[in-house]
Amino acid sequence: MRNNFFNKHDACLTSRQGAGRGDIVLGLFGLFLLYLLYSSGFFTAAAWQDFNRRFYQNFIKDQRYMMLVDGLKATLFMTSGATLIGLTVGLILSVIRVAYKGGAKIPLLNKLANTYITVLRGTPAMVQLLIWNFTIFASARNLNTQYIAILAFGLNSGAYVAEIFRGGIESIDPGQMEASRSLGLSYGDSMRFVVLPQALRNVIPMLFNEFIAMLKETSVAGYIGIDDLTRAGQNIQALTLEHSQPLIMVAIIYLVIVLFLTHVVRKLEEWLSRGRR
Amino acid sequence: MPVIEVKNLHKTFIRQDGTKIEVLRGINTSIVKGEKIAVIGPSGSGKSTFLRCLNRMEEPTGGEIIFNGEDITKPSCDINLVRRKMGMVFQHFYLFPHLTVRKNLTLSPVRLKIMTQDEADAKAQELLARVGLADKIDEWPDRLSGGQKQRVAIARAMAMNPEVLLFDEPTSALDPEMIGEVLDVMKELADSGMTMYLVTHEMGFAHKIADRVLFIDGGVISEEGTPQEVFDNPQQPRTKEFLSKVLHR
Repeated sequence: MRNNFFNKHDACLTSRQGAGRGDIVLGLFGLFLLYLLYSSGFFTAAAWQDFNRRFYQNFIKDQRYMMLVDGLKATLFMTSGATLIGLTVGLILSVIRVAYKGGAKIPLLNKLANTYITVLRGTPAMVQLLIWNFTIFASARNLNTQYIAILAFGLNSGAYVAEIFRGGIESIDPGQMEASRSLGLSYGDSMRFVVLPQALRNVIPMLFNEFIAMLKETSVAGYIGIDDLTRAGQNIQALTLEHSQPLIMVAIIYLVIVLFLTHVVRKLEEWLSRGRR
Repeated sequence: MPVIEVKNLHKTFIRQDGTKIEVLRGINTSIVKGEKIAVIGPSGSGKSTFLRCLNRMEEPTGGEIIFNGEDITKPSCDINLVRRKMGMVFQHFYLFPHLTVRKNLTLSPVRLKIMTQDEADAKAQELLARVGLADKIDEWPDRLSGGQKQRVAIARAMAMNPEVLLFDEPTSALDPEMIGEVLDVMKELADSGMTMYLVTHEMGFAHKIADRVLFIDGGVISEEGTPQEVFDNPQQPRTKEFLSKVLHR
């Protein structure tokens, strides 16, 4: 399978490299960080007290950690919603393109799908988000901006998911379609019951990667005034005039979630490749 | 009345660079109920294309195919209805790997509302027993051997109660030791009166079960007759040459 070929983000977190070597690199990096902290006097008692005081200011006082929790909720909400839209749009687009290639007489639809994919993949997601919010929905004042973000990220993701699905469908032997058609099943039925289930199975890990990528991508939602996880960190910054702790905490939260999801993908891949279903 | 009558069948492939390849150049033949016709010929002669045109896996570019009195090359013909009655068995089996053997056999009849799931299950059970795989009904295709897969594929084609079966080199992708079990199943089908077109390189088998043999070369039927006529006393030099190469290795 063309692993992650169509994915916009690098796949190093989900590709299976030698775990041993990765651990050594991580260890060396950790040692280097410790050295930096040590040489900047971080381990003195005074510095430690200062760290604790700031930590209290940033996260404990006035229950400021709730800002991060709410931000995380918004981030996960947007990511889930956008992924759902992305899957739906991507599936439709890919079926249009594959059907056209297979001889269906839908040149206009195919042209539309191609244009959609070209435009949405050829422009930054953030620019698209800004356009949705400040141009297309500029007059829709009552609309929750989170829904605009879901729409923007979802439609953007759809263009990428379409390519993932298309790769998955085209990886299925054309003989599967022929065998199904030879039994009298229509093209649509053959797609639905024979080709798509197999294609979907092949691309599940890549779709999961798309979900992970989306999680990180939604961090620009703050630009249209959504208090997502990233923006929550900035909001704390504004309250406490702290320059590092809130953002590093935000980064750690993202990392933990991504590492968890990456672990899930890996387990999923193992489960999918183990024997037959 | 013939079940299938093929009149002046042409098929021209157009390559991506625009060059045309005329694979079939006017095939005329017919098959009556219960008849078994073996189609032989060198690679690239068009024998598989001929077979695949019969159920329009390939679109013919000229001529007529009359199936039960209806010209199935006409745009008004619903090819899906025709295919219910014309089963096909492929060289590479093409079992659906995401479905159990049972589902492979019952998907189409149930989806097309020809049978209920219970009826289809019973039919699957019966057919699998017939091909000697009754105990594999809930197995996954990938756990079967090549010969078993092809027997399941034959049962799957039979599950639609077809009037004709088209075999496209059904044993060419099998290990030699598995060819026998598949041929046995086909022999049993032939003896039960099934109408069959068989594209094959198994000359001995063709000799044994075929009522007629078509030798296709260069996109036309260059010789045809009973197995005795074609195999034992070929008239055309090209047929003689081909047979001498495949029979006396």
